[in-house]
Amino acid sequence: MAELTKQGIGRVLAKQGILIAFVVFMIGFALANPRFIAVDNISGVIRSSAILGVMALGVTFVVIGGNLDLSVGSMMSFSTIVVLDLHDKIGPTLAIPAMFGLTLGLGAFIGFLVGYLKLNSLIVTLGMLSAIHGLTLTWSGGQNMDIADKSGTWFSVFGQGNIAGVPVPILIFAGLAIVLSLILSKTPFGRKVYAVGGNGKAATFSGIPRARIVFLTYLISSFCVACAGLLQASRSLGSQNTVGQGLELEVLAAVILGGASLLGGSGTIFKTVIGVLILGFIQNGLLLMGLAFYVQYVVTWVIIILAVWLDIAAKRGRLLSQIA
Amino acid sequence: MTDQTPVLRLEDIVKTFPGVRALDGVSFSVLPGEVHALMGENGAGKSTLMKVLGGILQPNEGRIFIEEEPTVMTTPVQAKAKGVVFIHQELSLADELTVAENIWLGELPLKSFGRVNWAKLYEDTNAILKTLNVGFDAKTRVGDLSIANQQMVEIARALTVDPKAVIFDEPTASLTDAEKVVLFDVISDLQSKGVGIIYISHRMEEIFKITDRISVLRDGQYRGTLNTRETDEEEVTKLMIGRSLDLSRNESHHEMGDVALEVRGLSCGKLYQDVSFNVRKGEVLGFYGLVGAGRTEIAETLFGLRDPSAGQILLNGQEVRIKSPIDAIANGISLVPEDRKGQGLVLGMNCRDNMTLPQVDDLTAGPFVSDGAEIAIFDQYRDKLDIRTPGWRQTVGNLSGGNQQKIVIGKWLSMRPEVLIVDEPTRGIDVGSKSEIHNLIRDLAAQGYAVIVISSEMPEVLHVSDRIVAMYSGKVMREFTSDEVTEDSLIQAISGITADKVA
Ligand SMILES: Nc1ncnc2c1ncn2[C@@H]1O[C@H](COP(=O)(O)OP(=O)(O)OP(=O)(O)O)[C@@H](O)[C@H]1O
Ligand SMILES: [Mg+2]
Repeated sequence: MAELTKQGIGRVLAKQGILIAFVVFMIGFALANPRFIAVDNISGVIRSSAILGVMALGVTFVVIGGNLDLSVGSMMSFSTIVVLDLHDKIGPTLAIPAMFGLTLGLGAFIGFLVGYLKLNSLIVTLGMLSAIHGLTLTWSGGQNMDIADKSGTWFSVFGQGNIAGVPVPILIFAGLAIVLSLILSKTPFGRKVYAVGGNGKAATFSGIPRARIVFLTYLISSFCVACAGLLQASRSLGSQNTVGQGLELEVLAAVILGGASLLGGSGTIFKTVIGVLILGFIQNGLLLMGLAFYVQYVVTWVIIILAVWLDIAAKRGRLLSQIA
Repeated sequence: MTDQTPVLRLEDIVKTFPGVRALDGVSFSVLPGEVHALMGENGAGKSTLMKVLGGILQPNEGRIFIEEEPTVMTTPVQAKAKGVVFIHQELSLADELTVAENIWLGELPLKSFGRVNWAKLYEDTNAILKTLNVGFDAKTRVGDLSIANQQMVEIARALTVDPKAVIFDEPTASLTDAEKVVLFDVISDLQSKGVGIIYISHRMEEIFKITDRISVLRDGQYRGTLNTRETDEEEVTKLMIGRSLDLSRNESHHEMGDVALEVRGLSCGKLYQDVSFNVRKGEVLGFYGLVGAGRTEIAETLFGLRDPSAGQILLNGQEVRIKSPIDAIANGISLVPEDRKGQGLVLGMNCRDNMTLPQVDDLTAGPFVSDGAEIAIFDQYRDKLDIRTPGWRQTVGNLSGGNQQKIVIGKWLSMRPEVLIVDEPTRGIDVGSKSEIHNLIRDLAAQGYAVIVISSEMPEVLHVSDRIVAMYSGKVMREFTSDEVTEDSLIQAISGITADKVA
């Protein structure tokens, strides 16, 4: 029986390792700098994680469906630039739906290539990462995009507003997380996403339209990107063409940290949210400790590697591979 | 025999999984040169015990002796080095690699600078394949082989070393009769070299044909060992399932309705040609033939997975075009596929979700899947099929092979189809459950379903069918009614002998 509990602990460690590491980090940071656990710092971290978080929610669907989405960062730049540009040209009321339409169009295109044409998602979205970047630059002419009258627009409410004292980005993140979590865990569609990612052939044999399901996961992903672009544009009311650059990896890191398998078929929205928060708090903690901003890039990479390692370790039930 | 040192001895092995005591103090031993059968119901713990022996799982308690040396094996490689070779129930081959690479994986013959000695690799492999008498060579890609041939590759892996003990976990589940003969030759060859063999199977004929002793497990506990020569099927069954079984042929004949499904001149390229048959409501139509005769391909065409190159499919007298499984399901056709891991199940998903997958759209309350409706279906078929699992939340991949198969059957039965096609429905299923499934098939027919049973097991086809279609190499050779069929005429028909095709 002693053996059993030892195995049990090993399994829990392998599975929840990242949570435990997170707690240790938190305690360490809090000791190093008590400001870390101040309410305004915590709320600040969540607010600044919201953009990344919203994107991670969408990518969770794609990853569970057995694919990757590396285009979300550059797609988010596109959304931001487009909505800022259209804001002054056709007004915010029309700019927002127009931007959503265009972004969803991009998502549909990727979904078509990966779902219906069955092209490899890594290649397709890596290509789209660069293609969309080109599209954004073409749209903006390479210029930064700014809203002319920054103080006179209601458009800032999404990024800067508060409702009942809670920042709107947090509300949007939380609201989307709840809705998407219900869709993923409770609807027939969500079930099919798991089936397609878990065993595509068995899904086909069960009468599940695989191509359509994959297509829809990319549509959801691009919808989330559009929301993230809206938050970003509304927060800064002006933007560079490269605002979303590199976010695709952070998003993926958050999703995998949350425990979704890159092989597809597993993961949940709740876990992704945890992954997003872990990433946000660690980066914030390092900043508070006085480390330079660019150290984050290295740290993010370390976290991705750690997450992938723990993911595999949990599967094989031990940290090191037994066959060297 | 008693004064021989056993090649392998197990003492009080205990193995638990969360919620399951899979092995509860099991002891037994294998003598050199003996074929020792291990029997038990689905989920009794046979595969688990063998995984413990093969170094794949660590026991919680108990000891293992190899030639009376206490041994601890923590990896399959270690076990193989100690002379214990394990041939798995579930295939574990790399599809993209060649037969030779799969067989020697991890121990490829090398030349200088770590280069693979391909010439030697292929030569050695072909030598082994020759003893197995198979129709493919060392350079074939494993993914291109049929399941049966992949099983032969798995067996070939055991022949690369001089083993002390070889474990066969249901090796014949997907083999044809001819391949079985080859396998049995291999086994008797090993036997004469003094190798101890553990043989797991649910097929009584085989057990009584090739084994010397039979050990029985039930619910993870050791129930005893019988000498094969001194016992009979009934005694073994009783030890396995705690009661005896009524194995008499089901003679219940019931009223048949109109033709539910008719196929006219159906062809699909080289796979099968000009196939015509029909099934009535309330009828069980058996398809018998060798692996590769085109039976599975016909089923896949009816289920919308293949495009026929010619011919018609009629449901209730109306011609239908079935372009996808979605069309097939909408038309009331269900298919229990032959490969449960590849085609039947999402292994990482829980039992309930797997079972309700094809109908999840219909099990909603508002926009959400209704938990209650799903659990009701799961409970109903768990009881009907006697599925052993700690609960619906259990991941399907953790169930024993036979119980996985039952989940697939439950999945398609619960669709209440008009035409039910089952492809090798009882592969890997224990004797008790097998007869339950046969009864279930008869019951379904009695309730008015049209059922097509594809099987490579003659007793099964004879037992459940009202009519039998015999196929050979893509063609229908002959149709038999259950009154006129005999084993001999059936064997002739599926071997392509057309002499008595008249009548
Ligand atoms: N990895 C696992 N996690 C949890 N339970 C498991 C695991 N592996 C096996 N079990 C359980 O242990 C029990 C014994 O399973 P095992 O595969 O040994 O049965 P078996 O006798 O080989 O059955 P079959 O004839 O169906 O192949 C079953 O109840 C099974 O669900
Ligand atoms: Mg088994």
